[in-house]
Amino acid sequence: MASPHDEHCKEVFALLSDYLNLELPADTCAEVEAHLADCPPCIEFAESLRKTVELCHRYQPAELPTPLGEHARSELLAAYQKMLAGRQGA
Amino acid sequence: MLAVGVGEDIDARPPATIKNGSLDLENGIETELARRLMAGDAGAFDRFVEYFRAKVFQYSRLMCGQREDAEEVAQDTLLKVFESFDRLREPERVRQWVFRIARNACLMKRRKSVFAPARELSLDEFLPAVSGSGQGARIQIADWSGLPDDKLLQREMKDVIEAAIAWLPPDYRSVILLRDMEELSTAEAAELLDVTPDVVKTRLHRARLALRHKLDEYLRTGAAPAAAN
Repeated sequence: MASPHDEHCKEVFALLSDYLNLELPADTCAEVEAHLADCPPCIEFAESLRKTVELCHRYQPAELPTPLGEHARSELLAAYQKMLAGRQGA
Repeated sequence: MLAVGVGEDIDARPPATIKNGSLDLENGIETELARRLMAGDAGAFDRFVEYFRAKVFQYSRLMCGQREDAEEVAQDTLLKVFESFDRLREPERVRQWVFRIARNACLMKRRKSVFAPARELSLDEFLPAVSGSGQGARIQIADWSGLPDDKLLQREMKDVIEAAIAWLPPDYRSVILLRDMEELSTAEAAELLDVTPDVVKTRLHRARLALRHKLDEYLRTGAAPAAAN
């Protein structure tokens, strides 16, 4: 991102997720790495995107579901047992 | 994938919680629970319910936005799962199968609720602003050096992530939840969402850019993103 209109930066910008996911062909990956090695703004941006993905991976919900009530559990167990019975009867 | 031997006591392992360990371990536990249920082993029932109820609740709360809806989606999903368990041909794909059912249940809920509108996200809207030119050019970006370790455990940071996800249009939100939170592969997410792998890749990248943009705004200004734009 040497300039907002730098086409090479924009090309790399479009490929960053595939790069982070290791889903780029080897030659394209090498081109991205060559660009990043020489473009501090793109490195800085790529690092912030990598941290965004890491935040998602490590996200733990603040809320958990309420404990399963007896009625809801019975409903699920009945569905499971009915499925098993139907399979045995088939 | 971690191989879980038949007869190994998975009940002796730590209780299943969301992301309590490696993805391989989770996949192994899920597959083994599915196999046991398919074999009619009712002993696996409660553990399967506990495990997937928490996962589906998390997905649907972020997808639908409402706790009450998420509770209902989790119950509806598990009901459909058990009603049709004999249609699960490959136990190692149980997560994908459960989330396909959950996704459909969320779609039904979403039709009844007001949430972030569907729209296309473009790459250009997430290009960072640049100051200066040539070798002196600098992108305008927050200080990310303290993330994720320092702030991830803070409730405020979770709220910011959740608000940023809620801000995403639904097609993008579903992809980032499945790929980056549930850690399904591109191919698995594509099959589940009935789109091509290239569409998943495109949506995932734009969703990540949007999320990064919202987090960057928060780090610079301290203002949490609004739920819908």
